[in-house]
Amino acid sequence: MVRGAKDDVSGVRPRLVASPASTEEVAEVLRVAKERHLAVVACGAGTALGWGAPPERADLLLDTRRIAGVVEHAAGDLVVTVRAGTPVGELQAAVAEAGQQLALDAPYPEATVGGTLAVSTSGPRRLLYGTARDLLIGVTFVRADGVVAKAGGKVVKNVAGYDFGKLLIGSFGTLGVITEAVFRLHPLPAARRVVSATFPQASTAGRAALAVLGSQVVPTAVELAGPADEVRVTVLVEGVEAGVSGRTDAVVRLLGRGATIHDELPAGFTALPFTPGGTGIKVTASLTGVGPVLAAAHSLGAQHGVDVDVRGSAAGVLHAGTGPAADPAAVARLVDRLRAAAALFGGSVTVLTAPADVRDVVDLWGPVPGLDLMRRLKAELDPDRRLSPGRFVGGI
Amino acid sequence: MSTDTGTRVEHVAARLRTELGDDAVITDRARLRTYECDGLAHYKVTPAVVVLPRTTGQVADVVRACVEHGVPFVARGSGTGLSGGALPHAQGVLLVLSQMRDVIAVDPDDQRAVVQPGVINLQVSRSAAPMGYYYAPDPSSQQICSMGGNVAENSGGAHCLKYGFTTNHVTGLELVVPDGSVVRLGGRAPDPPGYDLMGAFVGSEGTLGVTTEITVRLTRAPEAVRTLLAAFPSTDEAGGAVSAVIGAGVVPAAIEMMDALAIEAAEAAVHCHYPEGAGAVLVVELDGPAAEVEAQFVEVERHCRDNRAFEIRIAADEAERALFWKGRKSAFAAVGRISPDYIVQDGVIPRTALPEVLRRIAELSRGSGVRVANVFHAGDGNLHPLVLFDDGVPGEAEHAVQVSAAILDLCIEHGGSITGEHGVGMDKAKHLPRMYTDDDLDTMQMLRCAFDPAHLSNPGKVFPTPRLCGEIPGRHKGPHPLQTAGLAEVF
Repeated sequence: MVRGAKDDVSGVRPRLVASPASTEEVAEVLRVAKERHLAVVACGAGTALGWGAPPERADLLLDTRRIAGVVEHAAGDLVVTVRAGTPVGELQAAVAEAGQQLALDAPYPEATVGGTLAVSTSGPRRLLYGTARDLLIGVTFVRADGVVAKAGGKVVKNVAGYDFGKLLIGSFGTLGVITEAVFRLHPLPAARRVVSATFPQASTAGRAALAVLGSQVVPTAVELAGPADEVRVTVLVEGVEAGVSGRTDAVVRLLGRGATIHDELPAGFTALPFTPGGTGIKVTASLTGVGPVLAAAHSLGAQHGVDVDVRGSAAGVLHAGTGPAADPAAVARLVDRLRAAAALFGGSVTVLTAPADVRDVVDLWGPVPGLDLMRRLKAELDPDRRLSPGRFVGGI
Repeated sequence: MSTDTGTRVEHVAARLRTELGDDAVITDRARLRTYECDGLAHYKVTPAVVVLPRTTGQVADVVRACVEHGVPFVARGSGTGLSGGALPHAQGVLLVLSQMRDVIAVDPDDQRAVVQPGVINLQVSRSAAPMGYYYAPDPSSQQICSMGGNVAENSGGAHCLKYGFTTNHVTGLELVVPDGSVVRLGGRAPDPPGYDLMGAFVGSEGTLGVTTEITVRLTRAPEAVRTLLAAFPSTDEAGGAVSAVIGAGVVPAAIEMMDALAIEAAEAAVHCHYPEGAGAVLVVELDGPAAEVEAQFVEVERHCRDNRAFEIRIAADEAERALFWKGRKSAFAAVGRISPDYIVQDGVIPRTALPEVLRRIAELSRGSGVRVANVFHAGDGNLHPLVLFDDGVPGEAEHAVQVSAAILDLCIEHGGSITGEHGVGMDKAKHLPRMYTDDDLDTMQMLRCAFDPAHLSNPGKVFPTPRLCGEIPGRHKGPHPLQTAGLAEVF
């Protein structure tokens, strides 16, 4: 993708594009932006550039893709230092040569490391490995005033100073521009097997998933997907060959007759059910809430005449997508009702991306506990509100 | 204490007596002294007031009273911390949370427990055990340390190599923020919307407020646990075995190493009967699905033998496993048997630097004549050298402090950390600038300013130089933008 004045951020078109190649150059760009009172939107491959609310202003698009490459892969330490503009797929390929992985599914492999951190995408493997917050051990970033700061380091165990990396993860570029990241890695498993089964109802699928979670199988992923009357539960079992076969049999027993065993992951296993120009929603719930919330998404879709594609992890995170033609008012009602359903299980509903007509009538973030503290944090880091202003919760 | 501050603390104490009742407020000098230190006993400060709240509302009352009178406050759980993080403030209030010790909920289906901050770490696992679950982070002090303290310190433990630290297991927090307001972050569901304030709070060492309720992830008890004890001629071979195991893609639940001096101490204290003549022992534990554990256990054994282990014992039952661990877990206290005084250091290095750093520590020890016993979490490079000395011999304490500091230098030199799990607290605040630049520390303290602009929550800890909140940082120098060729290209 060639960056130019045509690029826009949710309909807001930046006048300028900068493509710095290093942390120092990002600092330089941000110092200039400060002097000239420019609002800056950082972006990587642009796969999630349309996520979040439209920025109030976007004078300068800061393209991070030239800040690329693996700085150091300390294979013996299972640690990698990588520049933020590196595509996640490239990073995975580099560490795979040493039989290692960054245990984080990227729904878009071309997405950059920085962008992935900024919007905190995750996938099926989060059940076992957690998300970016569990894997990032060090970060370098540039503040709105052009000051370079780092937190953490390159050792897995480290409690020196505040864990600032946690704040940057999922901050949608509103606190700083990430330029370098250090991750802990995991060994690539020697063997893997996939077991799947379909259930006529989301509730029974949810119970089957819970049974797997409560067993001794220790699955890498348990995913639920599919239409209301044919919910598919897919379980990923990884480890050494000697262990995987027995664990696979255990999963088959738990999922019941009709469960099938595969060697390969199903197509689109890590993909989000979002369609270009459509609405993309993230729904969370407690483990016991996954089945009921999935059922609620199906029934609310039918009730409001919206075709919803829902899938996600038994770990408590589902994603739902509706097409670009869906009626905005109906989508808004769906979001409201789904929010109430998720809240019963301690969860939340976030509209990650939506066409303008839907954004106009929907509350993207829902209730945000701690919002006042978040505003205070933003005011400390970016008092002039120049980093992606308005794009995040509460108009931060 | 100046009359002014003295008066302010008296006002706070009087108000809290009214709000919380007389028995929740301690001002008697003798009783206050019980709380003068935490696990790092050579720092001692008697607090002006000790308060024992029983509810979130009472904690909020205390914090509000302190804020309104500009009085500092320090939260304390069981006081087992090893960096002076819970050291009281002489003109401040010490909030002792040990009365808030209810396990509010244990829910195996949701794999969550909800506890008050005074609950003891091990009690969470005990409460969940009948359902087949446990709480994974297991600091060595888990029989007495509190969950609130674990959150403040982001506590680790021997098994965090595989399972992660407190921060990876906390999914929800209720906080009393240093303005007295109560905020709930997260809960049973993952990924709450907004900034991950909860993630930043865990490990903030009491400087961002007081946690009053904690939701944690429960982990399914593993189907199988296998533990071996391997004896090596020296730490070099033991270190080689650790690298081989990790390099083979095995992630053990724990790999712990002890050197000859640490073994000697453990033998003297708890008679763990480790193999005679060992220059180093490894305790390696695997857990998980039985077949998986069996297959990997064979591999671990082979790597130990390949690296010249001269004796390998495999725990036949829970009693023998407990004996292996007894030697390891008692090591800190055990050095008391071979030395009148000692310093427990806590530094981290990249695991691959282990042989090099251990040799350098041995050189330091030979050069200074100060004995150093090494006990550590070898899997993640977290060293716990025990620097031995006799305070009765003039000059020995100073030498020990120098050796201890030189070990931290080694950690920093190898790209590691000045603390892996004990925290910065009071003890290491002066070392923090050796890991981070002024800009790094300034940035971290912006978070502090957002939460606690008046610096009343555990002041003087972690950061050597407090940032004046609301301060505009000095203009940072750099070439004029228009003069830089790089920029011309950029725009």
